[in-house]
Amino acid sequence: MFDIIVIGAGVIGSFIARELAKYDANILVFEKENDVGNVTSMANSAIVHSGYDPVPGTLKAKFNVLGNKLYEKTCEELDVKFYKTGSMTVATVEEHLAVLKDLEARAHENGVEVKLLSEQEAKELAPHLNDSVIGALYCPTAGVVDPFNLVVHAMENAIDNGVNLKLNEEVVKIVKTQNGYSVVTNRGEYEAKIIINATGINGDKISDMVTPHHFDITARKGEYYVLDHFDDNFLSMPIFPLPSEKGKGILMTPTSSHNYLVGPSSEFVDEKDDLSTDSLTLKQVKEQASLIMKDIPFNMTIRTFAGNRPTPSTHDFVIEKVDDHFINAVGIESPGLVSAPAIGKYIADELVKELIEFKKKENYTPCVKKYVHMQMLSLEERQKKIKENPKYGHIICKCEYVSEQEILDVMERSCPPHSIKAIKKRVRAGFGRCQGGMCQPLVAKILAKYLNVAISEVNYDELGTNVVKFETKAGDTNE
Amino acid sequence: MNSYNVVIIGGGSAGLAAAKECFDLGIKKVLIIERDPVLGGILNQCIHNGFGLHEFKEQLSGPEYAYRFIEMLKDTDVEIKLNTMVTDITKEKHVVYTNEKEGYQEIEAKTIIFAMGCYERNAGSIQLPGDRPVGVFTAGTAQKYLNIDGYLVGKKVFILGSGDIGLIMARRMTLEGAKVLGVAEIMPYSNGLNRNIVQCLNDFDIPLYLSHTVTKVIGKEKLERIELSQVDERLMPIKGSEKYFDVDTLLLSIGLTPSTDLLSKLDLKIHPRTRGPIVNEHNETSIPGVFVAGNGLHVHDLVDYVSREARLSALGAYNYLNDKLHYGHDVISTKNEMGVGYIVPQVINYLNVEDKVTLKFRATKPYQNVDILIKADDVIIKKIYKLNLIPSEMENIDVTKSLIKPNTKVLSIEIKER
Amino acid sequence: MEHNLICIVCPRGCHLTIDENNNVKGNSCPRGIPYAINEMTCPKRMLTSTVKIVSNTISRLPVITSEEIEKSKMFDVMKEINKVEVKAPIKMHEVIIKNVLNTGVDVISTREILE
Repeated sequence: MFDIIVIGAGVIGSFIARELAKYDANILVFEKENDVGNVTSMANSAIVHSGYDPVPGTLKAKFNVLGNKLYEKTCEELDVKFYKTGSMTVATVEEHLAVLKDLEARAHENGVEVKLLSEQEAKELAPHLNDSVIGALYCPTAGVVDPFNLVVHAMENAIDNGVNLKLNEEVVKIVKTQNGYSVVTNRGEYEAKIIINATGINGDKISDMVTPHHFDITARKGEYYVLDHFDDNFLSMPIFPLPSEKGKGILMTPTSSHNYLVGPSSEFVDEKDDLSTDSLTLKQVKEQASLIMKDIPFNMTIRTFAGNRPTPSTHDFVIEKVDDHFINAVGIESPGLVSAPAIGKYIADELVKELIEFKKKENYTPCVKKYVHMQMLSLEERQKKIKENPKYGHIICKCEYVSEQEILDVMERSCPPHSIKAIKKRVRAGFGRCQGGMCQPLVAKILAKYLNVAISEVNYDELGTNVVKFETKAGDTNE
Repeated sequence: MNSYNVVIIGGGSAGLAAAKECFDLGIKKVLIIERDPVLGGILNQCIHNGFGLHEFKEQLSGPEYAYRFIEMLKDTDVEIKLNTMVTDITKEKHVVYTNEKEGYQEIEAKTIIFAMGCYERNAGSIQLPGDRPVGVFTAGTAQKYLNIDGYLVGKKVFILGSGDIGLIMARRMTLEGAKVLGVAEIMPYSNGLNRNIVQCLNDFDIPLYLSHTVTKVIGKEKLERIELSQVDERLMPIKGSEKYFDVDTLLLSIGLTPSTDLLSKLDLKIHPRTRGPIVNEHNETSIPGVFVAGNGLHVHDLVDYVSREARLSALGAYNYLNDKLHYGHDVISTKNEMGVGYIVPQVINYLNVEDKVTLKFRATKPYQNVDILIKADDVIIKKIYKLNLIPSEMENIDVTKSLIKPNTKVLSIEIKER
Repeated sequence: MEHNLICIVCPRGCHLTIDENNNVKGNSCPRGIPYAINEMTCPKRMLTSTVKIVSNTISRLPVITSEEIEKSKMFDVMKEINKVEVKAPIKMHEVIIKNVLNTGVDVISTREILE
């Protein structure tokens, strides 16, 4: 019997787990994927929004603003890259200026610091704004974060404080029991007093197991371009067009890894796991982005991808107590990433507390052990590290300069990678211009050796996604 | 700080030939920095034969070709650092490298020869439409898994792009037990050598789909099928022409791009067509004493030409060290005209030309029955007849110094159909 | 009747024609003539592959046939190659399979693996 089961280890589930870990409770987290943060949390704009545009009074507005304020400290504690860059929302035609004024008022209502900028002021902050830009709303509190390690480190911190994580376990049924619920997965059955549904895009499905037809979540696909590192001065902050009912629009933003993202499109799709990209949509993304920015070097594209936003029929985050044993925290589309730390706190410190009061743990720590980022150290510091451990001197990923030891380091953590993609998310090996063409065989070998399996057993991502299929000369390849 | 006369970054075909030439020219304090545990670079995984016809007058496999050069360097004082990666470079020609033994070190180089090869264009760089499942590989990555590690990436294979690595892999995977269902090329002609179409595809009855491209990758986690479409003359997919292939592997052989990440730290001008740096007649970049060689300069189809050009870069380093290179005066620029994709070098310093300069170029499309016209300030100085000219084969034309003048401004090449 | 062929002797890839009297045209060098004649009678190819190797540094040793073998025997020779396992050290051009399938051709190493 567990005290609490959290279903889903995306950014929301991981932050809920992290916050719950403060308490002396027996906590279990299920994740159906082979890594944490493997669906919506890893395919988004990675922007820490300021909170100027959600409709005042909504959960989106509340948690965005609260979350933003927590970010600096949270990322410090979790050793995650976060840059407070500010952001601009730009006007390109006369009528937009009035909308910017409305947005300024909305920002004030939400308690968010903003400033209206003239054309000249805006272009000083972002010299590559399109010539047609005539004014902007500047939000100094916005930023960009490393979304991959944000989730990994939040979960690592939770695990370090006693939470149990089970990957590759998908919930298939939830049954009411006398003092809680019994959760049936593809691998077993578990009982808990409190169930927290943090299954993002599948949140309606899981909620339906307890209280049918309460709300629906639809997948809204966004396609993006990823540009290579080319010039850190090209753009220092996210640039948004005016928001519409379709969301924040097609934006351009620097990333915490000094790349640039352009996107996302916005289109409802039937299948929640349809993450395909298509030429026509990407062309539209290019055209739309070119309305607010000029000279975007699309020839520096190193990847395109798509992410699906979990859009709830309620038009707001679904964060609620369904009964005394079941809590929903789903449908967290944008601004979910920024809201996550605040949602985690709210669920742990308020909603759960109303149900069961757990004692606080004495030996709890909010911090993860610091990571070694070789490229961020001075030459002397690097030298010292390599003396202690020579593998810090051996570069595996030639595009992103990732050393062998940095890969081995993440394997020793409490939320370790089990796939090539999970390594990529943690250390960026394979994220560069060759897209793993050169380092993937090396990473596969390191992972195989660490897991003590053959290379043919190493998965790219989910279970069963072996990168190589057959050993040659094994006696069966030439029938 | 340790100082070297020549630091060669990369110990593949270009780096090896450059090092050997530096030694032959009598240059002391020459260093090769190689990131792999062995010299030879990509040649080690190119186990097929066909290398060395110009260089050694015989047909060698990739590892044999590398071995010849490695053997030649054995009794020399050329210093070699293996398992070593260069991470930074400054305009003062300081090179920062790292390895397990020494950690990060900064050295001073009087000259640098970049011989860092190229990387493969991939699904990301061409924005391959559809899903992004496991099973989509660049041909070179699959080649490494197969020839070095001993693993087939899959058994039902389709290949996009008719580049040589793709064709070679079609044969290799077939021989190792995979079924290759076809090779698609978006252009109406193949991008690989004719001999590879014959011995890699025709020999194994593997169909080549010209004017076709993959319009959709299908498979959420694992590759399941691909959609192949015919393209029109603007290379746009033709609706209704879709064919589907059930495969577990899609190999991409869609071109190579010079590795210029380190060069970008020097703010060197990159040529839009070669995607390598702009160089002069000695393969010297706009920074004096900084040279480039091999596929890091422009992508070659024959390793023999890589070796030859690398020797030119080494000669440049030698001349630089001996203050024999001239800068600024009597600079001739080269210009690609009708039918010519690009020309290397982009600039020629008349005073630096000894007896001749070799112009390397590629045709923009296949031609038959043409004259290649070499013009100095629009006056034809040389004419060469060619029965066949194809983009996948680099052409070399020697222009003797007597044909150009100190005040020549532009040397151009035009392809004219008869 | 004339047959059209592409010469594979070197990367140049000459377009050859050969008639029933073995007259070869289109070759830029003498090596094109025997190639064309062979191609019409008994086509031959060099075969390259790898064999298993026990070594601290690598798991496959590249090999090549010492001469061309009949094209029709390629897969049979592959079966022989796939049966072999060698141990480092291996010298360059060491014979790995002597007279493979009685063809008179050896399979030899194309890389030196010292350890």
